[in-house]
Amino acid sequence: MTNDSDHIVTESAARIFADLADPQTINRLDNGAWKAPFWQALCDAGLPLAWVPERLGGAGATLAEGFAVLGVAGRFALAVPLAETLLAGWLLTRAGVAAPNGSMTIAPSRPSDRIILDEDGTLSGSAIGIPFASEAQHIAVLAHGRRIVVALVAASDCTIGEGQTLAGDPSNIVRFQRVKPLRYARTPLDHTALMLMGSVSRSVQTAGALESILSLTVSYANERVAFERPIGKFQAVQHNLARLAGETAAALAVSGSAASTIGQSGNIDKSGFFEGASAKIRCVEAATEGAAIAHQVFGAIGFTKEHILHRFTLRILAWRDDFGSESYWAAELGRHVAQQGADEFWPMVASR
Amino acid sequence: MSTNLQFDQIRLPRECDALRQEVRAFLADEIAKGTFDPHRPGHGDSHDRAFSKRIGAKGWIGMTWPKKYGGHERSFLERYVVTEEFRVANAPVRSHFVADRQSGPILLKYASEHVKTNILPRICRGELCFVIGMSEPGSGSDLFAVKTKATKVDKGWRINGSKIWTSNAHIADYMIALFRTSPPTNENRRHGLTQFLVDMKTDGIKVNPIYQMSGQHDFNEVVFDDAFVPDDHVLGEIDGAWKQAASELAYERSGPERFLETFYVLLELIRAIGREPDARSADGLGRLVAQLHTLRRMSVSVAGMLQAGKEPVVEAAIVKDLGTVWEQKLPNRVRELTAFLAPDIANRVTLEEQLAFATTIAPKLTIQGGTTEILRGIIARGLGLR
Repeated sequence: MTNDSDHIVTESAARIFADLADPQTINRLDNGAWKAPFWQALCDAGLPLAWVPERLGGAGATLAEGFAVLGVAGRFALAVPLAETLLAGWLLTRAGVAAPNGSMTIAPSRPSDRIILDEDGTLSGSAIGIPFASEAQHIAVLAHGRRIVVALVAASDCTIGEGQTLAGDPSNIVRFQRVKPLRYARTPLDHTALMLMGSVSRSVQTAGALESILSLTVSYANERVAFERPIGKFQAVQHNLARLAGETAAALAVSGSAASTIGQSGNIDKSGFFEGASAKIRCVEAATEGAAIAHQVFGAIGFTKEHILHRFTLRILAWRDDFGSESYWAAELGRHVAQQGADEFWPMVASR
Repeated sequence: MSTNLQFDQIRLPRECDALRQEVRAFLADEIAKGTFDPHRPGHGDSHDRAFSKRIGAKGWIGMTWPKKYGGHERSFLERYVVTEEFRVANAPVRSHFVADRQSGPILLKYASEHVKTNILPRICRGELCFVIGMSEPGSGSDLFAVKTKATKVDKGWRINGSKIWTSNAHIADYMIALFRTSPPTNENRRHGLTQFLVDMKTDGIKVNPIYQMSGQHDFNEVVFDDAFVPDDHVLGEIDGAWKQAASELAYERSGPERFLETFYVLLELIRAIGREPDARSADGLGRLVAQLHTLRRMSVSVAGMLQAGKEPVVEAAIVKDLGTVWEQKLPNRVRELTAFLAPDIANRVTLEEQLAFATTIAPKLTIQGGTTEILRGIIARGLGLR
């Protein structure tokens, strides 16, 4: 999915990730001391605000470049709010709201949650499962008043609950009790568009993580000896790894397809819905299947805290529920296809 | 050997849109004329030589081949569009499809000029049907166990032995077959096999039908009793056929026919659940749609990479593995999802007929043209495990 400029961006991102957020190194440290210098390096490279235009203080990268960076971030199973800050920057600046420096997240992150903008200009409501809310400085909120707006909120003005994902990253309930936004503006986007953009981001991250899982698992199968042979020489293990490759391939292809669709149109239209929903559904299936296969090949060692496998597998499993689960999107997509009717179905598939 | 998988984001180019409309109009016209019934997939699996000739006249056979051999020098992506539209319509393409997908490209690469000039234009006109002669009673997935022997004689070869599971042999004009020309060597058990073009009208060839559990007649046993094949029908290197397989197989493995074989039951599912499905039906349908879209994007990507001169051998094997497993499971998935629907849904009869047909052909989908086990072996090799 990469062209030359994507390539330069992803290569510099990969260098920073490898230098300052190497999964092996981080896994050995039992603290978050690596986070601050790493985040600073990301900011110096303009990555967190990549989707913010230069006139609004960002790096002005294309959507395609940002998705490419998220793919690489997935390969490192990054435990910082890079995707969330990218999404917040995109959400804010689409409404013309300038993005602040520092880490951000977005709310809501579940299809059924709604935040209300009251007549007095304050926000009310609550949103569950907000990724990295307890670490972020600001929250970009999509809120429903007389119109749909995007509001920039200081995280310290909200009530943020305890909570973490399967992988131990913050995932919090955020309560807005007459919170006064720092600024807000009407947005051309809607709730579905935010859920889709988040879903495609998670899909791209998942595909990247699966690439690493595949590579780690194949290397392990070639090294680990049992019954006097590397276990990768056993046909049963080979067939499991071939299936893992298939799941990885499916995730890469469908997430890349959705990212390129949104990247090219710049908008989330009907095609973006079809592609984005499909990407989330299929990438979640790949995550569930792929994580299980990888753990089976690694055996007991892959189940330890000491081994890095869980950094990848638990994250892809946790990401399944962000911005709409596969079941949610499957029901949405199924209803859409059913409404169009059987005769419209093949033309819809063939147009992609 | 690498675990890096590549799926370039290929979209079908603009010029394909007009072509697609032209194909759809042609198919609609043929359906109106009664050539075939798109709701009867058994027909799509049959042959109709007159129909193949009309397709040839439209320029849709041998689309990518050089004009001097009757081809049309169009892209693999344009061929992709034609293939998927015919497949989705359940059009009967059996008579020319093997020649178009596989046999023609092998002839283009390995046949003598004389053979190419003689045969390729006739394939393009839809006049010829080809059969593949690989499997034998003692040699299926393990091709290197082939025993049917080609013995050198004056001006050609004498063939003795038999081929089995040869689809279309009873209607085919030519076979592209793998025969043993030398014994395998200790160093290389793949040595000693040669590809030949065989005229099915040759004396000493007998075709015996083998009926399938689906009620169709597609398989045959072909017995060679001193059948003569002239020297210029040798395809490629004598004793070196094993070097010739890999790249063509990528085309054979990754096309739309590798996941659309039971597509019709998905359309009937959409008709059955209606415009306002319940959550279970909607969820079930949505997953199938996402899976199908993913397979197609992977398949188009491989076609585009092949067109660009890349060799996505592992990616193509993955498309066939995922695609055939999916199309095999599809009938049962549809069966489950329609289990609680009202007994009086409008398309009940068609749905049941199609499910019955799809269920009886489903077992072959993960066997023909390379079993799941063989494909996973190829993928494992590509990953660096063999």
